[in-house]
Amino acid sequence: MAKQFNVALIGNPNTGKTSVFNRLTGLNQQVGNYPGITVEKKQGICRLDRGVKAHVLDLPGTYSLNASSLDENVVIELLLNKNDKDFPDVAVVVTDIENLKRNLLLFTQIKDLGIPTILVINMADRMKRKAITVDIAALELRLETKIALISSRENKGFEALKKLITNYKRLSVTPCLNASSIAPEYFDRLRKTFPNQDIYKLWLVITQDVNFGKLDRNQLKGVTSFKTESISNLKRLQQKETIKRYQFINQVLKETLLVDKENAKDLRGKLDRVLMHTFWGYVIFLGVLLLIFQAIFDWSSYPMDFIDSTFASLGEWAKNTLPAGDFTNLIAEGIIPGLGGIIIFIPQIAFLFFFISILEESGYMSRVVFLMDRVMRRFGLSGKSVVPLIAGTACAIPAIMATRNIENWKERLITILVTPFTTCSARLPVYLIIIALVIPDQRVLGIFSLQALTLMFMYLLGFGAAIISAWMLDKVLQIRSKTFFVIEMPNYKLPLFKNVGITVVEKTKSFVLGAGKIILAISIILWVLASYGPGDFNNAATIVQRENLETSISQNQLETKIAAFKLEHSYIGHAGKFIEPAVRPLGYDWKIGIALISSFAAREVFVGTLATIYSVGNDDVETIKNRMAAETNVKTGKPLFNFASGVSLLLFYAFAMQCMSTLAVVKRETNSWKWPLWQLIIMTAIAYITALGAYQWFK
Amino acid sequence: MATIASLKQGQRGIIKEFSVDVVPLKLLEMGCLPGNEVALVQTAPFQDPMYLTVNGAHLAIRKETAAQIEIEIIKQDLSTSLNI
Repeated sequence: MAKQFNVALIGNPNTGKTSVFNRLTGLNQQVGNYPGITVEKKQGICRLDRGVKAHVLDLPGTYSLNASSLDENVVIELLLNKNDKDFPDVAVVVTDIENLKRNLLLFTQIKDLGIPTILVINMADRMKRKAITVDIAALELRLETKIALISSRENKGFEALKKLITNYKRLSVTPCLNASSIAPEYFDRLRKTFPNQDIYKLWLVITQDVNFGKLDRNQLKGVTSFKTESISNLKRLQQKETIKRYQFINQVLKETLLVDKENAKDLRGKLDRVLMHTFWGYVIFLGVLLLIFQAIFDWSSYPMDFIDSTFASLGEWAKNTLPAGDFTNLIAEGIIPGLGGIIIFIPQIAFLFFFISILEESGYMSRVVFLMDRVMRRFGLSGKSVVPLIAGTACAIPAIMATRNIENWKERLITILVTPFTTCSARLPVYLIIIALVIPDQRVLGIFSLQALTLMFMYLLGFGAAIISAWMLDKVLQIRSKTFFVIEMPNYKLPLFKNVGITVVEKTKSFVLGAGKIILAISIILWVLASYGPGDFNNAATIVQRENLETSISQNQLETKIAAFKLEHSYIGHAGKFIEPAVRPLGYDWKIGIALISSFAAREVFVGTLATIYSVGNDDVETIKNRMAAETNVKTGKPLFNFASGVSLLLFYAFAMQCMSTLAVVKRETNSWKWPLWQLIIMTAIAYITALGAYQWFK
Repeated sequence: MATIASLKQGQRGIIKEFSVDVVPLKLLEMGCLPGNEVALVQTAPFQDPMYLTVNGAHLAIRKETAAQIEIEIIKQDLSTSLNI
């Protein structure tokens, strides 16, 4: 058994840390969460010489050890806790040759913790273009470390890096900065009180919650007495530390790094002038959005249709092949369609993350954030909320996961809370069938189809609801959080397709395994509720046969009638009857009530549920539409689906929080049931009131 | 009093001391240090946010933060400012 040791990959954002991780571990990696929080934990195994294996942990990107976000706090908490099973034997600090100065700040901090530290200088392939020369030997000497100059794009330098990792025990652990020089008097006092402690570590422990504050510091008793220093005094010392470190770095780089500005090619400036132009920047962004929409709605419909029909025939096959009975029914009508209901979202989610990851890898996303920040801020959102709101048109689940890089908690929370208003793809089938039913097939001004305009209006309505509720939440929520916003404008890069591929696979996997479990569970519960019932349910066949003795109907018609009778008397049918008084003012009957309940698993279940209820043998939209058109309201004798009840349904689906999986994700991301419950109550209330108003107005 | 927020496109300035109580440490860590040269590359509509280069780093901050950082504007003739 080869012995393993721990390697931690640390670095600023945008240094290509993830590419280095991917190169070191290949597909030998697993992504999870840190216990109790939603920061992604990526780890993998790297094979070194002579059968030695290293456990590699890819820590979240951070600018320094003074954490100001949840992600950054993970880094410092690990590095201060020697007893953590992931505590690194060696730290690998990844830097970008073009931003070496800034990246080295973190390096000096890590090295000062007394952990053996290797410096990786990435993006060596850009040195020529940018006319950069660096004296590696001199730099190694000055920083007292070993350096690997690599290019993850061209896969160069990794053998040397692996050798350095293997021989980590030979690395010097001399600190770069004498901590006492920050404030001699203060640090002397500290040293006298804790003679056995590393002084820089102590200092970090003391100052942690100046910026963030969630660190468990039980292991160091008596530290609180040093809190007597006022917060702003500590901040001043932190500022001093940063300046001291930069002085050291500037001195070192002056001797070792040369940038010939005259010969550097400046692609960034040219691209920025176009992509961030006050007019063309927005036009281009709109074009990119259109492309993404096209992919999500048009291109992914082909694999989705294929998945749909495959699962339909799989269910059919299971029913015909397995011995008849409850268990087979559960598989064929509960589990297989349930699985299909998860898998069918894979194409959209994969496309979405494909584009998002390209936009992020290329550096364009930061420009979008820049362009949109001012607009979004008016509504209590951040420029960084744009991505989730776009993603929400496919599915709110990945969209809510994409809010993680918003550092301001209030802005992030508002984004999470309003994202489910955007028109997700599950609403689309519902909209399509209702619009076809109640909106006349006419043209406006001779060109625009009234039905298409209505559909577009529904999308705008979704965005509008999200923006307006964000604005209101901004006024209502009493959360004090720093309104501070800073975003790095990284260099433009051609995306590495290996990275894009891994992101798509990982995100899709986490959707299928995470949200998928819940969707599957709900589908099984719905199936049970629709397949069993009290009293008359169990004599359905006899009762329906007796009722139809005089009429001559075919065997098929009889069976569909029995199915409809069963549904009406099943548990879910009773539930529908139970809520009927509540939905009647909206213009619905108990059958639509059932569809509303079952829509809670996923909105698009609406169509399928109505198909069963109206005893149509298949899901073909046209037949359901005809059946729905023929339904009459028992009281008025007029068609049940008229303009008033149709508009009421459209509004209800636009606003209601009907998605169990979204609630589960919100719970996971906010770490509390409070927010998903509020979301459920308030969104459903808005839906109910607007639907009620619309029906009563148009009736 | 000149601050980063009063910079015009292409103009440069030297950062003076700023208060740790209003300007977060993060900005300092990203390279925005007293004594460093800062240049305004571009702004979004309404001059907000502002896209800066400072100490070799490219970053964007909101105008309200920029207005907290005092600078001394570097006077320059027109010909050099056009090159930025």
